Amino acid sequence: MEKNKKVTDYDMEQLIGQVLRYGVLTSGIIAIIGGIWYLIQSGSGIPNYTSFSGEPAGYTSLTGIIKGLAAGSAKEIIQLGVVILIATPILRIVFSLFSFILEKDRLYVVITLIVLLIIIFSMFGGLKV
Amino acid sequence: MNILLFTLVLLLGAYLAGLAGSLTGLGGGVVIIPLLTLGFHVDIRYAIGAALVASIATSSGSASAYVKEGITNVRLGMFLEIATTAGAVMGAILAIYTPVNLVAILFGVMLIFSAAMTLRKKHEDALQEGSKLSYKLKLNGSYPTKEGEVSYKLKNIGGGFSIMTIAGVLSGLLGIGSGALKVLAMDTAMRVPFRVSTTTSNFMVGVTAAASAVVYLQRGYIDPGIAFPVIIGVLAGAFTGSKLLMRINVKSLKVIFSIAITLIAINMIYNGINHKF
Repeated sequence: MEKNKKVTDYDMEQLIGQVLRYGVLTSGIIAIIGGIWYLIQSGSGIPNYTSFSGEPAGYTSLTGIIKGLAAGSAKEIIQLGVVILIATPILRIVFSLFSFILEKDRLYVVITLIVLLIIIFSMFGGLKV
Repeated sequence: MNILLFTLVLLLGAYLAGLAGSLTGLGGGVVIIPLLTLGFHVDIRYAIGAALVASIATSSGSASAYVKEGITNVRLGMFLEIATTAGAVMGAILAIYTPVNLVAILFGVMLIFSAAMTLRKKHEDALQEGSKLSYKLKLNGSYPTKEGEVSYKLKNIGGGFSIMTIAGVLSGLLGIGSGALKVLAMDTAMRVPFRVSTTTSNFMVGVTAAASAVVYLQRGYIDPGIAFPVIIGVLAGAFTGSKLLMRINVKSLKVIFSIAITLIAINMIYNGINHKF
């Protein structure tokens, strides 16, 4: 039993490593594509970050990003890369959840679910003030 | 300066941040904030967004290398993530009510603390007897060494959990991984052996940063024009760092880096007190 558990743990870790690698790679490639497109369009402009303008932009929500992607907008392509990057550690949690379910480790299924719930809460919890 | 030049300089800066961050174990975020605010006069809120992105990039980027070695204690990381993610959400809420100058001062204090922690000697030896809670929560584990499998036990789980909550709040408020506080909780309070605490802390940094990043993205802190050179630069830097790490002695590098961030920290605190943000 003990030995069996070790094997699944190890396999799971390898899989998680792969997921992280591909997630990071995909996010980087998308950021490069969007970034080059962005520089071609507005590379000669003047950067304006000295004062914070916050929310109205389309790239602050998932629907906004999808709309921007459909229009081929460079900023939203970059932001898709950012979203994928943010998703990699969250995906890692989901994979760990499956691994604990497979091991029938109830305590850790609950603990992992709590962590996931906290993240989901912050995603949809109306924290956007 | 036009956008093209701004991007190229930022790309180089992010590369160096990722490199230094992975060599010293401090993560890419700590260098990004001063670089953007003091170097480019970018509003600190955009800098916080960029630092979160950088923290996730370093964490996921180097975690894929660490996972292979199999020394991350996933159960310990997951249990403590309840504290760090809850803290991070609290920090992201607190950020709305915290004046930016206070954020800058707090960041400076945190930098000095991180510099001191980098130089501290860490526990290498494993405890043989753990506390009751460590058995109940199945937090004890083992890791491979040249002399064979070394098993370790943990103590003071409650203390570690509390420090982790503070680490979470600070990382949600400041946009950094608070790797230094995470190591303090695991190393000093719970006595996790150094090789396990470093990788487990790295695993947690990504998750903690993601918990607050989803909030900051919606608030508009993460600007694509800053995010893309930061992602590419930090990833490339962290990758170079993980290759170099096996070949060079980082001891003197850590001392130089600690002195440098202490000077930057003093600058951040000074500017914060004088309301320059």
